[in-house]
Amino acid sequence: MTILTGAPTAHESADCEPDYVQLLTPEGERREHPDHHFDGDDDLVRTMHRDMVLVRRVDTEATALQRHGELGIWAQLLGQEAAQVGAAHATRPQDFFFPTYREHGVAWVRGVDPAHLLGLFRGVDHGGWDPAEHNVGLYTIVIGAQTLHAVGYAMGLTADGCVGTGDPARDACAIAHFGDGASSQGDVLESFVFAATYDAPVVFFCQNNQWAISAPIERQSRTPLHWRAPAFGFPGVRVDGNDALATYAVMRSATDRARSGEGPVLVEAYTYRMGAHTTTDDPTRYRSGADVDAWRRKDPIARVETYLRRADAIDDAYLAALDQEAADLGADLRRRCRELPDPAPLALFDHVYADTPPELAEQRDAYAAYLAQFDAPAATTPGVSR
Amino acid sequence: MSRVTLAKALNAGLRAAMEADDKVVLMGEDVGRLGGVFRVTDGLQKDFGERRVHDSPLAESGIVGTAIGMAMRGYRPVVEIQFDGFVYPAYDQIVCQLAKMSYRSQGRVRLPVVIRIPFGGGIGAVEHHSESPEAQFAHTPGLKVVACSNPVDAYWMIQQAIACDDPVIFLEPKRQYHGDKAELDTTAEPPPFLASRVVRPGTDATLVTYGPMVRTCLAAAEAAVPEGRSLEVIDLRTLSPLDLGPVVESARRTGHVVVAHEAHTNLGMGAEVAARVSEQCFYSLEAPVLRVGGFDVPYPAARNEHHFLPDLDRVLDAVDASLAF
Repeated sequence: MTILTGAPTAHESADCEPDYVQLLTPEGERREHPDHHFDGDDDLVRTMHRDMVLVRRVDTEATALQRHGELGIWAQLLGQEAAQVGAAHATRPQDFFFPTYREHGVAWVRGVDPAHLLGLFRGVDHGGWDPAEHNVGLYTIVIGAQTLHAVGYAMGLTADGCVGTGDPARDACAIAHFGDGASSQGDVLESFVFAATYDAPVVFFCQNNQWAISAPIERQSRTPLHWRAPAFGFPGVRVDGNDALATYAVMRSATDRARSGEGPVLVEAYTYRMGAHTTTDDPTRYRSGADVDAWRRKDPIARVETYLRRADAIDDAYLAALDQEAADLGADLRRRCRELPDPAPLALFDHVYADTPPELAEQRDAYAAYLAQFDAPAATTPGVSR
Repeated sequence: MSRVTLAKALNAGLRAAMEADDKVVLMGEDVGRLGGVFRVTDGLQKDFGERRVHDSPLAESGIVGTAIGMAMRGYRPVVEIQFDGFVYPAYDQIVCQLAKMSYRSQGRVRLPVVIRIPFGGGIGAVEHHSESPEAQFAHTPGLKVVACSNPVDAYWMIQQAIACDDPVIFLEPKRQYHGDKAELDTTAEPPPFLASRVVRPGTDATLVTYGPMVRTCLAAAEAAVPEGRSLEVIDLRTLSPLDLGPVVESARRTGHVVVAHEAHTNLGMGAEVAARVSEQCFYSLEAPVLRVGGFDVPYPAARNEHHFLPDLDRVLDAVDASLAF
């Protein structure tokens, strides 16, 4: 893998071609790269296309559900489908993802029920899926905190002898997701230090979507983010994050490298947050429509569709069926979202500890008794318990 | 049976835990080759290897954050924070990440991480080396917070903390690391983990304390004998959850309660103890629950710390005030 050297250059704008690995152009043309090759077939491309279409529908439906008051908030993935779907397909089942709160594409590919994602944003729980079932951790809200967990998990993989054995079913790595905003967090930089000095099998997957709410990437860094890696002692590479094939290829080699015991890699997936930061945000206050339009022409799904059509791997009938599948998925999600039960009041007290301490059990029981008064108002005389 | 210091007892307890469970790993600054700045981990890297005793990079958030990841992988990391005042860079990882994981995962992810913190003052140190941050952690649901006060407890409690499936903040009274020795019988029955204990029975007033102030309160009780006063001393041992059973029982007998700790008095553990004792023993109390603690100022320069730290006389002054109420 190439370790970049040389003097810093200015940030690329949307109109200028950035220096990154691209294997499928926005026009749907395949490109070769000296170091990175897409070794999948058109079936894999079609699978990734389908996943991107469906997770975009999940995202669209969730945004609509928030507008209808069914979700408290939603963090949109729009525009980042290729980065997430490409990365997720590049991994093995035993690899473990440590996501941000915008990783719906990873969750989708890993089989996390999208209703669980809705549940989190509806406020019925803090994440309803079992991390061990999908090897996808719970969404982390505090920016960058999860990167350290990924490195610690990777240190555990090394200690368990799950690195560099050559056994494809045993060797594993951790994938630490974060964004351009998180790159300024101390935890992310500390995670680089720990990963490097422990030679941990972790891939740092930074989706540089150009915006941390209203702060542009220029506020986070004067140099391309992947340049930071060599300073810590491991390679960094930038990939077109709107190109599922390139992201897949780069993540394949990065995860292979980590699993084989050669240490961490930083992958900067260069992409764009097409939507708002969350449904509470109004990006028209801080960025121009021209930038958004330029990035719309680099849409991650359109280019794959163009390519697959040219390759005769899909046709109108396929796309119509996929559209119907997406519509059905959306309808199903709308229904299931509205049917998500509110948590039971006393579930408030569950799982704070492995075993509930007596003082907390007393609080719970007292609140249960308090609530019971309203069920049977004549049964007890209100008074101060002592 | 042997007579050991608190530091040696912790060392023996860590060794026993590591022998009992090979998932126990030690992490922290200088804990390996050096054996820790207080020598609590002395010799453990030599005997258990670098894989189980890590000399971490100098980054507290990184140490706790990676310990969380190792726990997610099935390990039982024991983290040493070198000094109390250095725990704050790890505050988010402890309070937002470590403490909440069980709750937010609905019990699916347990994080049996122990964070050892040498705490308290009285060693003539420069600033940030003498803090008592316990209330900040006891205020955080999801953490268990315990404080040992003597070598025998230290030996057992560190093993019990490591065996606990919840994260534990383990507070060690640093000024006693190399102080009084105690007979340690490693074949004895360990005392219960999350339980407070009467360490000196008495009849006239109740002193409630923990950590380094247990020794001070025991000395105060001894000094009160010639004055004809019988003071009961209770070592809380666990700060979250609190075990106030012995305190309530004692308060009902004596009617006079004084809580003593080194930490700032305002919103300290004494405030919580006072509130609960008032709730549960209101009609038994002959005086308000009084608090003796550090003043509500930043920890002072070492030459003035004897005015900041509660000592035997300030404890007895509070006892006088309670009995005269």
